[in-house]
Amino acid sequence: MSFFQSDFFLNLVPCCVVALLLFAIWRAGKQPLWAEAYRRLRRNKVAIFALVIIGLYGTLALLESLGTTDKASQTRITLLDRIAQKTGALAVQERYYSAPLATMTTGEANPQPLKAPGQHLLGTDGVGNDVLLQTLKGARTAFLIGGGTLLISTPLALLFGLMAGYYGKWQDDLIQYIYGVLASIPTILLLIALILVLGRGPVQICVALGITSWVGLCRLTRGETLKHRDREYVRGAKALGVSDFGILTRHILPNLLPVVIISLTLGFSGLVLQESILAYLGLGVGGNIGSWGNMIDAARDELAREPVIWWNLTSASVALFILVLAFNFLGDALRDAIDPRLRS
Amino acid sequence: MASENAPLLQVKNLRTYFNTPRGTAKAVDGVSFTLERGKTLAIVGESGCGKSMTALSILQLVPEPAGYIEDGRILFEGRDLLDLTWEQMRAVRGKDIAMIFQEPMTSLNPVYTIGYQIREAMLIHGKEAGAAQARALDLLRRVGLSDPEQALRQYPHELSGGMRQRVMIAIALANRPKVLIADEPTTALDVTVQAQILALIRELQEETGMSVLLITHDLGIVAEVADDVCVMYAGQVVESAPTRDLFHDPQHPYTKGLFASLPARNRRGQDLATLEGVVPDSTNWPKACRFAPRCPFRWQECDTIPPIPNPPASDRPVRCHLYNPAIPGRPDASTVRKEEEARGLAVLPSHDDAPAPASQKDAEVGR
Repeated sequence: MSFFQSDFFLNLVPCCVVALLLFAIWRAGKQPLWAEAYRRLRRNKVAIFALVIIGLYGTLALLESLGTTDKASQTRITLLDRIAQKTGALAVQERYYSAPLATMTTGEANPQPLKAPGQHLLGTDGVGNDVLLQTLKGARTAFLIGGGTLLISTPLALLFGLMAGYYGKWQDDLIQYIYGVLASIPTILLLIALILVLGRGPVQICVALGITSWVGLCRLTRGETLKHRDREYVRGAKALGVSDFGILTRHILPNLLPVVIISLTLGFSGLVLQESILAYLGLGVGGNIGSWGNMIDAARDELAREPVIWWNLTSASVALFILVLAFNFLGDALRDAIDPRLRS
Repeated sequence: MASENAPLLQVKNLRTYFNTPRGTAKAVDGVSFTLERGKTLAIVGESGCGKSMTALSILQLVPEPAGYIEDGRILFEGRDLLDLTWEQMRAVRGKDIAMIFQEPMTSLNPVYTIGYQIREAMLIHGKEAGAAQARALDLLRRVGLSDPEQALRQYPHELSGGMRQRVMIAIALANRPKVLIADEPTTALDVTVQAQILALIRELQEETGMSVLLITHDLGIVAEVADDVCVMYAGQVVESAPTRDLFHDPQHPYTKGLFASLPARNRRGQDLATLEGVVPDSTNWPKACRFAPRCPFRWQECDTIPPIPNPPASDRPVRCHLYNPAIPGRPDASTVRKEEEARGLAVLPSHDDAPAPASQKDAEVGR
């Protein structure tokens, strides 16, 4: 168990994920179809802008994921913390709330001067942490929940969707029955139940979200597979003696990718939003992990205070909004770039 | 078993049925024919007569789960394809028997290059990558693409319909099949391109000695390329004969109707004859003769006694009571003749339309 808590393992996992992602992109670039898609993507300014933003968030998430455990205090110091320590006020701990660029704390009976007056760009929160740093740290949770859930739900959805659509018969009946039952349980109730059973924590939330979120993509995959199964090129491939496995993986799946990729990009932003909803219900990743959901959750009390503490909520919401928007733009741009039927 | 004298492909009493909400549709209902080595057999008929399903049945690609092969034998080089396992059948498809489809626009996978798709056809039947690449280039050159090297790297959407059908032919021929099934190969193409594609198929057939099973509704194409013809109606073969015999002397009333509805030079100015009515519903074929409801010569027995496929008064298989003296109530020859003239069925296509025997051609040239 201690191995999974060790710095080595905790640093290895995000590095592997990033390396795999880069490898996949590099490999895909060698396929003529995808190389063509990249060329088109590069000409799309909005897509490049969205990619840069996602890249920035991703870098923050990676910096926040890598780090070492401090022997004395047994707390984890991440690369992002180290960078923050070198850039002045970011890592300076105040004693209470303070408004953006304020010199005194806010909401105390007798306001105290700050240690770094006028330097907290987005103010500080209730325990005196710099809100800008907390917002940056939230990117990690967003990617963790979004990416982790997709890693669980996508293979499940594709496997079941392809099987149901291609074979029909009892496979289809069984899979439709499973997701029919799953989809008829109110999602939020199911999520609460699953998290209560699995326990709190990022991985548990990924599993719970994975179980509830594969149905949509599975339905989509099944429908698309049904559509492609009777296409002439599939019949042509069968007439050439291609096996069922070959037809599913080499002929049908690549034709589903445009739809799957749009669905995944939109799904990612949806999951990031789900995290804040769960945090609001008190089922988030936990108070000790910085997340936008926790920041928005905290706003319940903060908005009722006098004076109103608005910067915590605003920072998290804007950060969330920009990431979700970037993913939506990228999804659209990718569809335009990949779908050969839209090419002229 | 696989003796050299045996016919290459023999279909016996094939029945392919579909389960539909309205009952069992008997799309193919007792079809038999023989395809000889190096020959071209055409299967002719209206849409919905079961000719495409016959072709798909041979490769066992009938759309599942609704369709299934109820009965029959499909003998290829002496072994019954219906006895093969799924894996054995997979080895036959594309290797021994290849197929090209009607729609060249949708028959190629849009996400792969032409080169990839031709190579795949060979790789799944065990050819090495290097050899496959070389042969792909050679094939594209053989089917007459102007720039085969570039075509290898192109996607289907970058090619025209005629080009794609050429690519389909290249893919079908990749493994040197013994039988090529061509399901309406030129229907979706322009007339000028049609002629090129037919010429190409014929040329390649001469080169490789393969047999061709041509599915079409176009008698003009049949006259051009086929050695033998099967006319299908309502899931059955109603008449089969060598092409020249069929064109000079169509016997089944349905065949006569088909010819009468063709424009011909010696009938200029006359209205084209049409066949009254439509093909009956495949879940509910007429009980006895299936053509009876549309037949101009029909009499009482046509609705009660199913016609036999080989009546004694004909030199060929023709499913009609007119050629079976055992059936009572047959109209005599002069009545039939009168009826034919009244309906414009008597006039046969001029000799320009029908393939002339070689000797006659020579004689004409000599004159």
